[in-house]
Amino acid sequence: MTVKLILREKEFEVRPGMTLLSTLEKINVMPEAVLATREGEMILEDEILRDGEVIKLVSVISGG
Amino acid sequence: MKCKKCGTKASVHMRQHKLALCKEHYLEWIPEQTERFIKKYEMFHRGEKILVAVSGGKDSLSLWDILVRLGYQADGLYIGLGIDVGIGYSDESHRLSEKFASERGLRLHVVDVAKEYGQPIPVMAEVSHRGQGRPCAVCGLAKRHIMNRIARDLGYDVLATGHNLDDEAAVLFGNTLQWAGSFLARQSPVLRESPGLARKVKPLCRFYEREMAAYALLRGIEYIYEECPFADGATSIYYKELLNRLETDKPGAKLIFYLRFLDARESGLFAPAPEKQIVLHPCPKCGQPTSTDDLCSFCRMIETINLKMEKEN
Ligand code: SF4
Ligand SMILES: [Zn+2]
Ligand SMILES: [Zn+2]
Repeated sequence: MTVKLILREKEFEVRPGMTLLSTLEKINVMPEAVLATREGEMILEDEILRDGEVIKLVSVISGG
Repeated sequence: MKCKKCGTKASVHMRQHKLALCKEHYLEWIPEQTERFIKKYEMFHRGEKILVAVSGGKDSLSLWDILVRLGYQADGLYIGLGIDVGIGYSDESHRLSEKFASERGLRLHVVDVAKEYGQPIPVMAEVSHRGQGRPCAVCGLAKRHIMNRIARDLGYDVLATGHNLDDEAAVLFGNTLQWAGSFLARQSPVLRESPGLARKVKPLCRFYEREMAAYALLRGIEYIYEECPFADGATSIYYKELLNRLETDKPGAKLIFYLRFLDARESGLFAPAPEKQIVLHPCPKCGQPTSTDDLCSFCRMIETINLKMEKEN
């Protein structure tokens, strides 16, 4: 029973059933710094993450 | 969450505006807002020719896309920095900029730094010993110089860059920590033209970085996702993180930080003391204004580099 999240080269596994927002808090990723996509569609913080799915996180912060 | 305009499932939620929108309405909302900022800050009008500084990143390509969608005459300028450590950053960002332009039938000017000035940016930085192991100071100086030169030489009325609110707030934060008065006085969505200097505008300055990434993603714009290798560990990224921590606890905090600064600046809080007004002269080599009596800092740097390279050979 896991949800996988991918951010650049990093992968995180968490239990399903939490909202995206709580999940991001759990893996210590600032919600302001990423966009989350499920099968190419953007999802919002209140979305419940389901067992077996892969969420791709897009980092939005660039520097220089 | 539901779209405020049509009630279908929302794709983007902007907590600072208490606004959620679906893809379709978000892609309409961004250009509408951009138009509002262009007018509010009197950036330019439809009769003027705009040169967009394009890096291949999400902000500059989105800016170009938005201006064209709004019906402005906007061409692009890509500056090849010659940064090829690791991922071939410059090659890839050049390729994506060309692809963007050709798919839409837009005009892209390209300046290759090494071809025009002899060396790529990392070599310039090394030879000139500027900027503590990071070429960013040299890179910034070269970009400013070249953008201004091309805008003037090719008769553009205005130079537009893709700075977003997070960029502006990070710069503001850094300058505030230092009370860098003269920099604070000059930070603005619009810098009016002056002799030898093109007008500069930042039409995206009120959008969060996250909003620009969402725009690029939803609009299907292919941009360079990898960072310039020299951006790793940059102070600006650290400041952005600090501000985002604040933003997470207090939605709207970074927007207010920036907007209140603009108000304060407008009311004269950062006006330079009268005796501190600097007089500018045109550089004898390139004609761009400088505060010294001699060559501008860019021309001086190029001269030093050429001398050193000659000695070595
Ligand atoms: S991170 Fe530094 S070297 Fe890289 S593009 Fe930005 S300013 Fe130039
Ligand atoms: Zn809608
Ligand atoms: Zn000069």
